[in-house]
Amino acid sequence: MNFLYDPIPFIINWLNSLMLSWGWPVDVVQVVMFVLGALLICVGAMLFTTLLIWAERKIGGRFQDRLGPNRVGPWGIFQTIADMLKIFTKEYITPAGVDKIPFNLAPVLAVAAVLSIWAVIPFSETFSGVNINIALLYIIAIGGLGEMAIILAGFGSNNKYALLGAFRAVAQLISYEVPMVIVLLIPVMFTGSMGLNDIVQAQKIPFIVLAPVACLIFFISSIAENGRAPFDLIEADSELVAGFNIEYSGLKFGMFFVADFLHAFTSAIIFTTIFLGGWQGPGVATHPILGGFYLLAKTLIVYFAMLAIRFTLPRFRIDQMMALNWKILTPLSLVTLLVTAVVDKSIPRELMAVRIGALLVANILIWLVADRLFTVYSRRHTRLVVSGPRPLARPDLKSSKEERASL
Amino acid sequence: MTPMQILFLITGVVILFSAVMAVSARKMIHSALWFVLALLGVAVVFAMLEASFFAVVQVLIYVGAIAILIIFGVMLTRRALEDNGKHINRATITTTVIVIFVFAGLIYSLRLWVPLLATTTPLSSDHLDVGSLGLAFTDPRQFSLPFEITSVLLLAALIGAIYIAYERKDEKK
Amino acid sequence: MLHEWLYLGIFLTVALAIPAAALIIAGILAPKKPNPIKNSTYECGMETVGVSWVQFKVQYYIYGLVFLVFDVEAVLLYPWAVAYNKVPLYGVLEAVLFVLILASGLIYVWRKGALEWV
Repeated sequence: MNFLYDPIPFIINWLNSLMLSWGWPVDVVQVVMFVLGALLICVGAMLFTTLLIWAERKIGGRFQDRLGPNRVGPWGIFQTIADMLKIFTKEYITPAGVDKIPFNLAPVLAVAAVLSIWAVIPFSETFSGVNINIALLYIIAIGGLGEMAIILAGFGSNNKYALLGAFRAVAQLISYEVPMVIVLLIPVMFTGSMGLNDIVQAQKIPFIVLAPVACLIFFISSIAENGRAPFDLIEADSELVAGFNIEYSGLKFGMFFVADFLHAFTSAIIFTTIFLGGWQGPGVATHPILGGFYLLAKTLIVYFAMLAIRFTLPRFRIDQMMALNWKILTPLSLVTLLVTAVVDKSIPRELMAVRIGALLVANILIWLVADRLFTVYSRRHTRLVVSGPRPLARPDLKSSKEERASL
Repeated sequence: MTPMQILFLITGVVILFSAVMAVSARKMIHSALWFVLALLGVAVVFAMLEASFFAVVQVLIYVGAIAILIIFGVMLTRRALEDNGKHINRATITTTVIVIFVFAGLIYSLRLWVPLLATTTPLSSDHLDVGSLGLAFTDPRQFSLPFEITSVLLLAALIGAIYIAYERKDEKK
Repeated sequence: MLHEWLYLGIFLTVALAIPAAALIIAGILAPKKPNPIKNSTYECGMETVGVSWVQFKVQYYIYGLVFLVFDVEAVLLYPWAVAYNKVPLYGVLEAVLFVLILASGLIYVWRKGALEWV
């Protein structure tokens, strides 16, 4: 019965004892298990991405009143597999004058930077990657490698649009890292650890209740980190053609594509883990396997919310995007951090209900004040869309109108 | 040799090689990228010393922020992607000789320095806890004042940098 | 502790190896028929004009700087956040002071107009 309730540690133990019985030394068995685990998670994540791409196209189609893929297999479910087969046999076109090593390293690094995050995600109480005590900072640090990949792609391509796109992308990514890093201090404060499994275990009450403003800021900045609409300035095709990956073709482009989809899903998982209680749910204590299903269900809801935002909102202008980050999210996250720290410290931990109530009230107050300030500020600083009078297609009409007005 | 030592040697070779390449690469942007590799190597050394926090901070601050700042800085210059010609001039040989002598002298004089020869004791597990660092930051008897002064230092750096960068931009106009 | 880093190291290697292997396999499967026209830089579809290098404006550098300062600040606050449950109230107030000093820097940058994307 143990197998049904909690299969993965069961399999791990079985494999371990099997290899030990073959007479392999303990260290070697450990390394082999690590390699197997890493391979399983990485390949699993990559294969899951094919399903995600299909789901996203289908849901996106419905949002925009289209059918989405519907030819290959039932509901078009094999569409992505067909696309994959096609892209695997596409020729790599290497444009003249590219910087070979950065150009080829960039797609690999882009995928690796996203996959590496999966090393620390706790899937259930008993099955997690490593519960390393700096997991949160590790996730942010790995994001830095993704930025490096974009820079490599941009300057390796020998293309001014790619370079522009890459630098805009990096400016966006580093900017939105600031509120993200500040806001992530709040779950760490509540938990007293940076390990993701510790954070999940501390969430008897999900942190979205204790810190709703922080949760919202994290959600917005993680969408921006993905570079998805409304923050998809990275691929603003009217200004930058297609962003940093214009010169890529075949599977090298496919790798950026996969990294993009995987990143969106990964940040949904991270959001779930940090703010929605991860694998926590009724009955996980006796049946740890349920935790995996809870995590998946919550993640899919968050992912759906991201898709809804992606397919509904138009794109920001670059100055609006930067203003949103530096003039709203960063000050708001600093204020939220300070208020949460002081309020939480001034109420003893034993008075659970009072603590939750005080934090909620504090958050609502922060939100109301921020909203008020934002309204006032934006009224005072409305930027003119067009500075002068608009040019007319038929100036004669205007002049006749003016004549009529003057008469 | 233990696997750890082999790993350490490989990392050391990578760090030294990429550091040399960072200095001698022809294109400025290549130098920046080699520099990133050297920084990543240092992060691996931190990880092998079980200093997890510093390993991650090394990647987060140096690779994620400083290297990107350097690359942005490189892109502000005029000839970022071009070959800038020879790096060797007449003084190079003299400089190399002087540097080798100074380095050898340093090694010779440090050879008997006691702290360098002492073997370190492994850290206990509560030293590896990031929280004890945090407690030390806020304890007035330990690092409370340096912690606050760091903030002032960062503020000074921010204001100074913005001042310089912004004035220069006005001049261009 | 070291075991965890060993796992992370192996995981990073595997994460790098899988896309690299996929790229190599696709490189073997794919046809290779280059010609000068096909291999010319695509850019935006038109013929390429000038060098591929563009001089960037100082704005990128300023954002990078502000980002760096706030990143360092946040990283210094993480140990404090881990110890949050153990530090007394004045410890929290010290962190508040720490953040406020830097927030004044943000206000300075804002007033100076360096946060505008022009």
